Amino acid sequence: MKRLALRLLFVVALPALLVAAWWLVSADSTEVYWPPLRTILTTFPDVWTGERLRADVLPSVLRLLAGYAAAAVVGVALGTVIGSYRRVRAVCEPVLEFLRAVPPPVLVPVIMLFAGIGDTMKIAVIASGCVWPVLLNTVEGVRAVDPVMAETARSYGITGVARLRNVVLRSASPQIFAGLRQALSIGIILMVISEMFAASNGLGFTIVQFQRGFAIPDMWTGILVLGLLGFALSVVFHLVERRVLAWYHGLRTASRRSS
Amino acid sequence: MGRSMLDVRGLKKVYEGSGRRVEAVRNLTFTVDAGELVCLVGPSGCGKTTLLKCVAGLLTPTSGEVLLEGRPVSGPPPGMAVVFQEYGRSLFPWMRVGENVELPLRQKPLSKARRRELVADALDSVGLADAAGAYPWQLSGGMQQRVAIARALAYEPDVLLMDEPFAAVDAQTRADLEDLVRGLWRERGITILFVTHDIDEAVYLGERVLVLSASPTVVQEQLTIDLPEERDQLRTRVAPRFAELRTRVYEQVQAAKRGVTAPRL
Amino acid sequence: MKDGQTDGQRDRQTDGQLDDTGPGPTSPPRAERPAAANAALGAAGIVGFLALCEAVSRFGIVSGDYFPPLTRVADALVTELGDRAFWTALGDTLTGWALGLAIAVTAGILAGVVIAVVPFLREATASTIEFLRPIPSVALIPLAVLLYGSELRSVLLLVVYASFWQMLIQVLYGVQDVDPVAEETARSYGLGTWARVRHVLWPTALPYVMTGVRLAAAVALILAVTAELVIGAPGLGQRIAVAQTSQAVPEMYALVVVTGVLGLLINVGARAVERRALAWHQSVRGEVVV
Repeated sequence: MKRLALRLLFVVALPALLVAAWWLVSADSTEVYWPPLRTILTTFPDVWTGERLRADVLPSVLRLLAGYAAAAVVGVALGTVIGSYRRVRAVCEPVLEFLRAVPPPVLVPVIMLFAGIGDTMKIAVIASGCVWPVLLNTVEGVRAVDPVMAETARSYGITGVARLRNVVLRSASPQIFAGLRQALSIGIILMVISEMFAASNGLGFTIVQFQRGFAIPDMWTGILVLGLLGFALSVVFHLVERRVLAWYHGLRTASRRSS
Repeated sequence: MGRSMLDVRGLKKVYEGSGRRVEAVRNLTFTVDAGELVCLVGPSGCGKTTLLKCVAGLLTPTSGEVLLEGRPVSGPPPGMAVVFQEYGRSLFPWMRVGENVELPLRQKPLSKARRRELVADALDSVGLADAAGAYPWQLSGGMQQRVAIARALAYEPDVLLMDEPFAAVDAQTRADLEDLVRGLWRERGITILFVTHDIDEAVYLGERVLVLSASPTVVQEQLTIDLPEERDQLRTRVAPRFAELRTRVYEQVQAAKRGVTAPRL
Repeated sequence: MKDGQTDGQRDRQTDGQLDDTGPGPTSPPRAERPAAANAALGAAGIVGFLALCEAVSRFGIVSGDYFPPLTRVADALVTELGDRAFWTALGDTLTGWALGLAIAVTAGILAGVVIAVVPFLREATASTIEFLRPIPSVALIPLAVLLYGSELRSVLLLVVYASFWQMLIQVLYGVQDVDPVAEETARSYGLGTWARVRHVLWPTALPYVMTGVRLAAAVALILAVTAELVIGAPGLGQRIAVAQTSQAVPEMYALVVVTGVLGLLINVGARAVERRALAWHQSVRGEVVV
């Protein structure tokens, strides 16, 4: 009980301290760009009403999810094909290395040419930025399937779809998740900047509007919302990962203990 | 001599690449009868694993053939199950023990109820009836190898191939597992081809021991183990006949290492 | 090339294994060929990709207005390379990238080591790090614009924020990996804090630090280009934005290719540095711990 309380204290202490410090330091702030935390917090409920959540936050999140999901499906599918055949991999590798190295934000103007400035553009931007980490990690994971496991599967006649589903993808899943995690942060960046570049709604758009209109406390609340969104998505990802890769974390703990 | 289950004829395996040529197995011929337990021993590096993989259909021999019940083996045949040495890498860590045992069965046309029955029965015969819900990595090494054996049993193979299955477990566990294999063999009447580098193990387990030469491999000598059917770790291993046979195999393995044929008994 | 070798090793295990490691030729000889063959296949892949790009617009599958033929992009690239403004922009981008990365790496290492050395800090900062890390750095764009406009400092704010967390997290992983036995041994021989950091903590954490540098370098480039693109700080990103608004499509693609090459060089360079550092690390670790 006492240990639990102590741990809780550790979790809460520093954040509380930081917020308190922010509160105190900014309390009498007259600087335009650093409004008192009090002002920001009181502005918050006025700005982020239900209507605004529906009109700006929801579209952003939906675009992110659509692009992210498309990237995940395409990345895993292509990655599995490329990772399974050595020749295909040898042919694709240099090109993939280059495509991955292109900083994803420069895709925004490129994709705008093709897809205009609508939702399609944003989803395409997010998908085409997120796909590389997923793809390349899947390739790595698929090709690193343990040879003994592969032979076991072969000797028991586990082939085709059954092999893919029960052996290859499961064995590659830790790598695939590592790729998905990288893709998530890239996705959020692309969601925001594609909206800052050209949009009529969405989180990125709204925040830039506040900034251009010098509605400083509103802009600060927007930054907070983005931060909270990033945090929430990372928590969700973490929960899903813990569940899907429970075996992997167990295995690692077990082998660390024995070594 | 009973009906022949496994026929290996003139098996030869050569690895080739970038101008080098390695002859791993030169010319191997032997048969295993239905219901027999045959052990293969040989000096380390003598191509035992290569041989076993050729028999299992995991490697294609350069020449010669492997026949399972008269039919040539050209890929992993459905009537064969393999237990590998590396149990930790042969069981799938993302599946529970029960699922690991069941997975190969899902490739067969079996009802769900029958699959369950086979899984439960196999786990029961290796003494792990309660472990179905655990993950392999939660078990000790010996228990993991039991799971791998259960998986092979549930598959109901005609021939069970075991590739140094106990090389990576401690001595006590090893003795238990040897008795387990012996017991299962007598109970179920399956044909077992057991590869090992341990001479005692080969003599203790086998009805017949094949001594392989150093690479490139040929069969150096075949030895029938005329110990009683009923064997146990304490008495069998101190029996004078066991010592004789052990010495005989030992001499042959030593001779194999030097590349000469030892005089016959 | 490195990949070619790993492949060779894997194939050896999957379809060409001899037992044990006894005497005799145990490694089936198929190591060198794949490397050369892979290089040829890779080159074929690049040629195929370029041909595809050219064909897509030549045969009107995609309008040449959106996706100009490769030859025109190449022309534009040559023109760019002859333009002094391009080189200034490249210099600006690299300055923002390098400066931001240097600050983030230094700060990340210092913060990581301090957190590692002071026992209670690790627990106390965990929740804060977990909360601040996922905050997307692009959220700071409006603030950067207000505070610094389109100056270099705007770029630095974004680059440092994004790459600092990559760095810190890796350093913390590395520090956690310190073998308790080695740590105890060092303590029992009466090594002070500084000596322990130098001889136990740092060598163990180094591979993680190098991974952190590699990841941070990639992230830093992304954020540098983003800042230029969105805020209009001088650099390649800004040039891309200008090319886009003035409908100079081939120039835009040429610049995109340049950023890609830049990214590629950074990745390859970071990996090379990482490999060298790792080789060094293992020998050192061997001396200290054993």
